[in-house]
Amino acid sequence: MQMSSIVKTTADVLFPFILIYGLYIILHGHLTPGGGFQGGAILASGVLLLLLAYRYSESTNIVRQVMMKTLESTGLLLFIIAALSAMVLGAGFFFNWLSPLGSIFGDSVAYGSTVANLNTGGLIPIMNIAVGIEVVGAISVILLALLSGIQEKI
Amino acid sequence: MSHYAALLLAIPLLAAFAMPLFGLIGRRVRNTWAIIAMLATVAAALILVWEVLTQGTIVYAFGAVDQALTIPFDSGGVPIRILFVIDAMSAFMILTAAIMMSAATLYSISSESEQTGQDGYYALLFLLMAGIFGMVSTGDLFNFFVFLEINSLAGAALAAYRIKGGVAVEGGLKYAFISTVAGLFFLIAVGMLYGQYNSLNIAYIASVIDFTGLSLVAVVLMIVSLAMKSGSVPMHFWTPDTYSSAPSSITSLLIVSSMASLYAIFRIAFSLFGLTMNVVTVGWVIIILGILSMFIGVSMALPQKDVKRLMAYHSVSQIGYMLVGLGVGLAVLGDSQMMSQFGVVAMEGGIFHIINYALYKGLLFLIAGAVIYRCGTANLNDLGGLGHSMKWTMGFFIIAALAIAGIPPFNGFASKLMIYESVFIFNPFIAVIAMVVSIMTLASFVKVFHSIFMGPKLPQYEAVKEVPMPMLIGMGLLAVLIILFGLFPDLVVKTLVEPAALALIDRSGYIASVMGGI
Amino acid sequence: MIEEIPYLAVVLIAGIGIATILLKKNLIKMIMGLAIIEGAANLFLVTLGYREGGIAPIFTNNPGGEMVLPTVQAMTLTNIVIGFATSALLLAFAIMIYRRYGSVETKNIRRLRE
Repeated sequence: MQMSSIVKTTADVLFPFILIYGLYIILHGHLTPGGGFQGGAILASGVLLLLLAYRYSESTNIVRQVMMKTLESTGLLLFIIAALSAMVLGAGFFFNWLSPLGSIFGDSVAYGSTVANLNTGGLIPIMNIAVGIEVVGAISVILLALLSGIQEKI
Repeated sequence: MSHYAALLLAIPLLAAFAMPLFGLIGRRVRNTWAIIAMLATVAAALILVWEVLTQGTIVYAFGAVDQALTIPFDSGGVPIRILFVIDAMSAFMILTAAIMMSAATLYSISSESEQTGQDGYYALLFLLMAGIFGMVSTGDLFNFFVFLEINSLAGAALAAYRIKGGVAVEGGLKYAFISTVAGLFFLIAVGMLYGQYNSLNIAYIASVIDFTGLSLVAVVLMIVSLAMKSGSVPMHFWTPDTYSSAPSSITSLLIVSSMASLYAIFRIAFSLFGLTMNVVTVGWVIIILGILSMFIGVSMALPQKDVKRLMAYHSVSQIGYMLVGLGVGLAVLGDSQMMSQFGVVAMEGGIFHIINYALYKGLLFLIAGAVIYRCGTANLNDLGGLGHSMKWTMGFFIIAALAIAGIPPFNGFASKLMIYESVFIFNPFIAVIAMVVSIMTLASFVKVFHSIFMGPKLPQYEAVKEVPMPMLIGMGLLAVLIILFGLFPDLVVKTLVEPAALALIDRSGYIASVMGGI
Repeated sequence: MIEEIPYLAVVLIAGIGIATILLKKNLIKMIMGLAIIEGAANLFLVTLGYREGGIAPIFTNNPGGEMVLPTVQAMTLTNIVIGFATSALLLAFAIMIYRRYGSVETKNIRRLRE
């Protein structure tokens, strides 16, 4: 069944906003409620919107399963490499070595009631981003697999 | 300070996550990566086991600068990080898992070579192994739950991986259901303990525990859920379905994951609660579960026609031996005289039986897989005369079948003898049942041997050849170990099993390894 | 008394979930029963960490007073993610079974026993 053009246009308009919101939730995961999984799920809900608004065969031209699987693996690899990188420096697995260094995400957290600074947290935001990439890939793969079971009746 | 405890977890995870990307390049690259990662994991595991046996318990704190620092200075004397506590018992389980992993991976390289979707297969296989390694080495209750779920999700997906017209999906579905329900009950029990003691660390909870009514509910929930997951009797109905429908190499790993659940029962009974609970009652409950498992498993196995289903019922029966051995040890934990008289030997027998069982049962399932790989059927009535064409496989089958029946000089005899001797002093009736079960096991495997390998060469299996080399190497590795363990049981018991049994009994030593560094 | 109501709800919800798994014959409904038990576990964990009048457990911005426990909240989040993965896997199995057998009623899913 073909969705009406109102649905398709609304999906097209909403999709970038959903992307922005999901990225915001991922990037601010160490400051506000949210994080990699939650933001990734929001991003994947944008993908779901596209999948529902367009026909399955049309939308798989944009959202390819191989691409999503690659995203999933890349996110997971980034996560485990971030965890392993501490070991190279001689500290324990998962040690947050970026935190006090002052470079990327390396500022120390100000004490007291201040406005939170995005450039803090060390490895935590990097791991949030990795988890976000992984979750959007994984949930999209699941959605594609589950939706491929729907029989189209035209 | 060594990092092998973390590498044991990191290498399988890295291998699993990179597997789909290597799969995009090509199958040869992916197979090479799988073998390299397997060798690296096994090497890390062996070095770790050697370190534990020479230096004593290893504690690894995740996310700390100094990974030996279990209790940070500003935490108020409470371990707050996720800790891996690897004592001799954990090392023993790691060794078991590493041996089975190497055999199963080598076997898969050729047994799965003509199937599709191998990227996912190897990725899930490494995730399954990461789950098992995590389960046996973690010292944190919630962390254990997470590894339990990783293990059961990967196991269920792998069990259903070759759909086989929906039959395998049925098996996978049962496994997924039972392990999820077990996992949730375990989580609720963990919540109960956290609500009372404000910690998730096993050693810390053990050091402050005050056995209340709520703790009793928690221990019942934990033992029930883990017994469900390990496939002992009241909840054994999933084992024949899942083990028979899963690919054979996966079945041999699912056995290790059920052993890891069994390990967790005893870690919780001995190290977490210990003498604070009524060990005699809990010990007897475990012994009765064990006797029922032994007897029901073997009597259900006798009439089976499908070879893998038959072996799956035998695995229920063999789990009974370990439950009896360790249950006797638990029941006499409070009595030092009875403990030294026969309790330690019973526990050593039960623990020794874990590795022996994993070796011969894994080998039996791999052999069943080899027969199915060449003949395409697992029905005992259709098979026959394979002894003429699959000579190596037949030799391995003889070794494994004699080992499971407890015939000297194979490894099953060594551990069963220890269980018989010690349990006989505790209660002669149990030992008699164990021997009867052993005889029934032998009868059942004589039938299997006769119907698969004996008899004249059948016309429909004229073209059957020996299985490819990697499968033979995987099976041969296990067969050689079975013979070695059977020929030198004293050496194995001295170096591996006795430290493991003593580590389980020594609850204060376990607590001190974490809490001692204040 | 009022503090114990969440725990009663946990027992009730878990009971409903177990009853759903045991009594329903439809695979999808059984998976829903599993999700209900998972909800009970999550409610139990969150209730454990709740303190009357407690604030969010953020240390540098702490105005003083009681905080709710963060560990159980982290455990709940982990369990939600695990539950998501479990449901996805089980639903994928249900789809497979429906394609092969044409039904998700448990009485029709018995090919393994024959």
